[in-house]
Amino acid sequence: MTERSASRTQDRLLRLIGVVVALFLSALILLALGTSPLEAVALLFSGALGTPGDLAAVLTAWVPVLLCSAGLLLTYSAGLWNIGIEGQIVMGAIFATGMLRLVQDLLPPHLALVLGALSGIVGGMLWATLAGLLRLYGNVSEIFGGLGLNFVAGSLVVYLVTGPWSRPGTGTTSGTVPFPSSLWLPAFPGFAVSPIEIALALVALVLVGIALRGTYFGLRLKAIGKNLRSAYLLGVPVNRYLLAAFALCGALAGLAGWILVVGASARHNLFPLISSGYGFLAILVVLLANLNAIWVLPISFFFAAISMGSLELVYEKQLDSAVGSAIQGLLVLSVLLTQGLQRHFLEKRAGRERARPSAEEEIGS
Amino acid sequence: MDLTIFLASVLAAAPPVLFAVLGETITERAGVINLSLDGTILFSAMAGFAVALHTGSVIPGILAAMGVGALVAGIVALASLTLRLPQVATGFVLTLLTRDLAYVLGNPYVRVPGPQVPHTPIPILSEWPAVGKIFFDQDPLVYLSLAAIVLVWVFMFKTRPGLMLRGLGEQPTAAYVRGADVVRMRYLYTLLGGALVGLGGAAFSLLVAPGWARQKFEGIGWIALAIVIFGNWHPIRAALGAYFFVALQTVATNLQSAMPEVPTQVFPTLPFPLMILTLLLVTVSSAEWMNRLLGRLPPGLRRTLTRTIQMLQTVPPAGLGKVPKRE
Repeated sequence: MTERSASRTQDRLLRLIGVVVALFLSALILLALGTSPLEAVALLFSGALGTPGDLAAVLTAWVPVLLCSAGLLLTYSAGLWNIGIEGQIVMGAIFATGMLRLVQDLLPPHLALVLGALSGIVGGMLWATLAGLLRLYGNVSEIFGGLGLNFVAGSLVVYLVTGPWSRPGTGTTSGTVPFPSSLWLPAFPGFAVSPIEIALALVALVLVGIALRGTYFGLRLKAIGKNLRSAYLLGVPVNRYLLAAFALCGALAGLAGWILVVGASARHNLFPLISSGYGFLAILVVLLANLNAIWVLPISFFFAAISMGSLELVYEKQLDSAVGSAIQGLLVLSVLLTQGLQRHFLEKRAGRERARPSAEEEIGS
Repeated sequence: MDLTIFLASVLAAAPPVLFAVLGETITERAGVINLSLDGTILFSAMAGFAVALHTGSVIPGILAAMGVGALVAGIVALASLTLRLPQVATGFVLTLLTRDLAYVLGNPYVRVPGPQVPHTPIPILSEWPAVGKIFFDQDPLVYLSLAAIVLVWVFMFKTRPGLMLRGLGEQPTAAYVRGADVVRMRYLYTLLGGALVGLGGAAFSLLVAPGWARQKFEGIGWIALAIVIFGNWHPIRAALGAYFFVALQTVATNLQSAMPEVPTQVFPTLPFPLMILTLLLVTVSSAEWMNRLLGRLPPGLRRTLTRTIQMLQTVPPAGLGKVPKRE
């Protein structure tokens, strides 16, 4: 076994330790709330994978997370913290809904759906580009710009849902009038997730993976992420690349927003909090995958399973609905910290080893 | 509305934001970004309320909230200073995690009535017309918040340890050469800043908006982080920013009842576009195109504009977010 593969095994082992620590902490929290951890695990499992319907629900959540993770791989490679992704999803949903409302009675459903998707992509792109422009030409950190835009997008939905797009006769926040089933993405009976959704998400991830691994664009993006100044000095048109990263990420988030409106088991309308935290979840996925597109696949599936499985736990044990995301947060934090710890001790050891021969040299000379 | 009542109500509503802003100002002056504010405030607000409810007294609640704030800040410090992980990454994960933990662990306390910090007018002084009503007819946490502004300012700019604190964020390497234990001092100030943020959380759940509920104070931590930037990492300018924000909030609340045709959910979001515009105002002057634009203007106008922009401009401590290589 080479030294490199040994350290890689060690790396995986440490990640596993991080996961174990997180599960232990989650168990403690559940105990504090008076829930047996073993029972909780059983509920999580049956909630996520108990029936084909449950699996379809997990896949339904997996799709938007996967799309957003693919987009975030681009911004994260360029060293950007696209925290505005939640708002970009929401904008995608708003634009998609707007377009569908406009054309649903004029055009055949397939064409309407495609136009809706394109419109959603434009919406997400616009919102991401706005965060990008604020960052590049206003020096407003994309963290604050994006976060502020998230809240703006959220209140825009509330305004639309209670105002111009409200259901006739009511002014509630329950959402717009649901679209007819001709505007739902098709699915096989009994398994309410559309193959189209899954295909789109997988294609997006593959394309991003290829772009980052094997193209000039990806290489330059990563160069910017490693050292923006040197990339600039080496003649990379930094601003154009950063804006492109924002726009592409926003486009994928916007597509996710469209799916959240028309997906096979979506609510088929626009409603407040439609993004359901999938964008933030994708940030955690990308952090954990550490820029590796292949790792995004299992991690995002695992997280989607926790999100959906925890719903049963919440329902059975009368817990707060944040249980799932609390477990996800604990997982990511523990893994990050154990990785940091490992590096810390490796560096210390390397420091000692480096110190020794140099001392011998001194004696020798 | 009567100006005296308005100012008094702004002062009364300000402690949460004010403590958070002062705490984060200290932390960032030491060179560490604690991005987790939005979650930390929620978590400490929840913990403070729960402890106060169980003990029947607000003081253990306040202390618990400060402890929670310091604990989260401690994780930020450990991750960034010892393990050298990116501060934004851990900060953001902690933002989400502490928020979720607050909701999960706080579930049994939702909308449960509990103790709150009592109203304590200061005898004699509060009889003073106008000024007495504004400053001395308040709660202990309000007095404490006013004192904290002065204390932080005096410490930071009038004492030797304060000078060292500024050095930590401005030139950590120089501070190290001068014999300061940079890492330990940064730990100390991150913990202290976190405790103040926790105090801000307690000021929410035990004073300004007593009790605990989901999504009650969400978003305020991000505003506090933005106010630190607006405040140019100076306690007094930051405090003025916090008061300005709370004043706008108070106005918005009044407008809301005056304009029932606007959906109620719109007003709470207004601070966020405002936050973006404010940040734009204080940072845009360093943009290249701004300089080019100013260069094209007639000299008189250019001078006035440049001066205004420079006055508004804020510059972060040079070593903010940077952890020098270990020697």
